[in-house]
Amino acid sequence: MRLRWWIVAYFLVLAVVLLAPLASSAPDGLERFAENEGFAESATDAPYSILADYLFPGIENEAAAAILAGWVGVTAIFLFAGGLTLTVKKRRGFRD
Amino acid sequence: MMRLFIGILVPFNPFRLVLRTLHAPDGFFSLPVIAATWAISATAIYVSLRRAGEGLTERTVPVLGVMAAFIFAAQMLNFPVAGGTSGHLIGAALAAIVLGPWAAVVAMTAVVALQALVFQDGGLVVMGANLLNLGVIPVFTAWIVFSLGRRFAASRGRLLVLGGISAWISVEAGALATAIELGISGTSPMFIVVPGMLGTHALIGLGEALITVGAIAVIYNAKRELLMNRGLVLTAASK
Repeated sequence: MRLRWWIVAYFLVLAVVLLAPLASSAPDGLERFAENEGFAESATDAPYSILADYLFPGIENEAAAAILAGWVGVTAIFLFAGGLTLTVKKRRGFRD
Repeated sequence: MMRLFIGILVPFNPFRLVLRTLHAPDGFFSLPVIAATWAISATAIYVSLRRAGEGLTERTVPVLGVMAAFIFAAQMLNFPVAGGTSGHLIGAALAAIVLGPWAAVVAMTAVVALQALVFQDGGLVVMGANLLNLGVIPVFTAWIVFSLGRRFAASRGRLLVLGGISAWISVEAGALATAIELGISGTSPMFIVVPGMLGTHALIGLGEALITVGAIAVIYNAKRELLMNRGLVLTAASK
């Protein structure tokens, strides 16, 4: 099988996610503004929680949890693009 | 009077530097604002899907997918701005420059929807506003600025400068939209939230411009034709 360029890109983007533990953990700007202006408490929690705060649940090591959550997100986007490709293929009847 | 004084000070006070991403949680916007932003976003996304669809092929969809995935990953990487606040890439300008505006809106929609649905980043009820502030508005702002300057950007250096300017303005546009929505919602007085948001995002926009310029430089060296046309997807459509 020929190595597709987007497979290489997939792994490069996964590598970008490895930087996530180095990201600034300073408070979210909008949150900070909301706190300063006194409307932070009007924020309501999400009705459910899957990978909230970009952390994979049940993993002690926060860096690992962040990387894993990021990888799930990147993979989800690639699956979305894959689905889009299938739609495009179907519509075009495999020409292109 | 005191309020006005604070409003003027906001952009200069590092401790008020605002706003990581514009991802608003539920509860920040009023019902009319939620309804209006959903209506505008849904219309823009519908039109974008149709227009982008004309140019999407088996060859161009992976470009859209890689761009969206990169933007998602890059949005996780908060950089410190000032005063203990952080910012991060939005990526709408980069997407608009490489993909053209229609496919860029599709890519940003995928990112913002994923963040809200799976990562609880940005509210579900206010997702229409977040799609507008992080997707539709910065994408089209960057696209218009880039298109206007495109014929003056003949050299590599000028192209990079134009990309940076487009990125900076796109962040300010998204920030202004968010601020106006907060103002209309009555969440924060308009004359405080508008200068506050624009002030902070003037700084966050510099980070956006830097990353966008870097990415364009890489693409320029690796796959120049992506930048020489009116966006990959539109180009494919015109063939």
